[in-house]
Amino acid sequence: MMRILKYVIIDILKNRIVLVYTIMLALFSWSAFSLEDNAAKGLLTVLNIILLTVPLVSVLFSTIYVYNSNEFIELLLSHPVKRSMIWKALFSGLSLSMVIAFLIGTGIPLLLFADTSTALLMMAGGSLLTVIFIAIAFLCSMITRDKAKGIGLSIMLWIYFALLFDGLVLFLFFQFAEYPIESVVVGLSALSPIDLCRILILMKLDVSAMMGFTGAVFQKLFGTNWGLMASFSLLAMWSVAPFYLSLRKFKKKDL
Amino acid sequence: MIEVQQITKHFGKFKALDNLNLTLNQGESIALIGPNGCGKTTLIKSILGMVLPEKGNIIFDGKNIQKDISYRNHIGYMPQIGRYPENMTIGQVIDMVKGIRNCTQPLDYTLYHEFEIEKLLNKTMRTLSGGTTQKVSATLAFMFPVKLLILDEPTAGLDPIASEILKQKIIDARNNGVLVLITSHLLSELENIISQIIFMQEGKVILHKDTELLKESTGQHSIAQSIIHLLKSGSL
Repeated sequence: MMRILKYVIIDILKNRIVLVYTIMLALFSWSAFSLEDNAAKGLLTVLNIILLTVPLVSVLFSTIYVYNSNEFIELLLSHPVKRSMIWKALFSGLSLSMVIAFLIGTGIPLLLFADTSTALLMMAGGSLLTVIFIAIAFLCSMITRDKAKGIGLSIMLWIYFALLFDGLVLFLFFQFAEYPIESVVVGLSALSPIDLCRILILMKLDVSAMMGFTGAVFQKLFGTNWGLMASFSLLAMWSVAPFYLSLRKFKKKDL
Repeated sequence: MIEVQQITKHFGKFKALDNLNLTLNQGESIALIGPNGCGKTTLIKSILGMVLPEKGNIIFDGKNIQKDISYRNHIGYMPQIGRYPENMTIGQVIDMVKGIRNCTQPLDYTLYHEFEIEKLLNKTMRTLSGGTTQKVSATLAFMFPVKLLILDEPTAGLDPIASEILKQKIIDARNNGVLVLITSHLLSELENIISQIIFMQEGKVILHKDTELLKESTGQHSIAQSIIHLLKSGSL
C-alpha cells in the first residue's frame, strides 16, 4: 500500500493543479481577512469558500483524476497488487494532498486572524468536506464508465448539495407548516454534508442569520454542544460511506 | 499448472466465454487462435484477474486465483495494446513495476539491452509510437522470473528486427520450462515456437491439440495449412 501511495502522491504533485488550488485558496483567504476591517466578516467570507469552492474543486479534480488513472490501475492489476489496495491508495493519496493544500491555503490565515478554537473547527470542517467530496467523486466514477457522464454527475451532485438542498428543505417546510416536522427537517439535513458543515461551523460562530433554515432547527432541537457532536459524527459517516460503496463496486469491475 | 473450470462471462447480452474448460501444463507453448471477438482476450484477462467471470473457477498451481493474488508474481503479461500512465517516462514505469514486484531474484535485462531501452528512459509514455510501447511491454513481461508468460499479439506493431529478437526470447523462455500462452493471427510466425494449439470460437474451445498430431492427422506440412485445411473441410 505505501509503495503505491508513493507513486500516486508523486503523480499528483507533478500535476500542477493542486499547487494552483493551494495558491488560490491562500489568495482568497488572505485577502478576505486583510480587506475587511472586521475579522468576523472575513470569517464569513472564508466560510463561504469552505462551503462552496472546496467541495467543487475536490469533487471535480478527483473525478477527472480517477478517470485518468485508468491506465495506472490496469498496469498495476497485471502485477501482484490487490484491487482494494489500489483503490485505497488512490483515495488516500488524493485526500492527503487535497487536505494538505486546504490546510496550507486556508488554515494558516485562519489560525492567524481568527480565534484558535473557531479556526480549528473550520479547518476540521473543511478537511472533512474535502474528503467527503473526494469519496463522492470515487462513487461517481464507478457509476458510469464514461468520463463526460461521470464529470457531469459529480457537478450535478455538487449543485444539489451546495445550492439546491437548503432551498428544497425550506420549500418542504412551508408546504407542511401546519404539521410538527422539525425533527423530520433535522433528519433531512443529515442528507447533505455541506449543510451539516454549515451547521457545525455556524453553531460555533453563533451567526443565526447565516445559518440557513436547517441550521436554525438543528440548534433549537439539539442545543450547541449536542448539535456539534451530532453533526461531526454524521460528517464522519459521510466520508466513509460513499467510498465504501465505490470500493465494493471497484472490486467487481471488469477492466 | 493452470486449470480453467467451466467459466462463463457475459458483457451485457454478449456471451464472451461459454462454460469454458481448459488445462495447461508446464513446459508447453500454446497458441491461442480464433476469429475476432471469440473470447481470447477475455480468457487471458480472466486468468489475470482483470475480468471477473460470473461462473467457474481458475486454479493456478493448485490455488484458486480469486482467493490469493500472489500467483501474479509468477506471470509475465504483455498486453495487445499496452496502456500506461501518460505522464510517466519509460524509466519511471520500469522502476515502478520493479518496486511493486519487489523481486529478490536477479532480473533479466536481455530485452532491455537488445531493444536499447536505456536510450529512451526519459521519454514520456504519451509520446511513444505503438511499436516502442510494445517494446516496453515486452521488456516488462520478460524481466522477472516467471512460470507463465501471456503474450497477446506480441509481434503486432514490431519492426522485423525487434520481432525476431522477441521470437528468440520466447523460444529461450520455453526451453527454460516456462509455460507460454500466445495469441496471434499470424500462424506462420508461430510455426517454430509452439507445441500446442487451441482454437476458440464463440467463447468455446473447439480444438486443443499437439501441433505434431495436428499436422499428422491433416496430412499438411505447416500449422497454418492444417488449420486452413480443417476450416475448409468444415470440421472446425
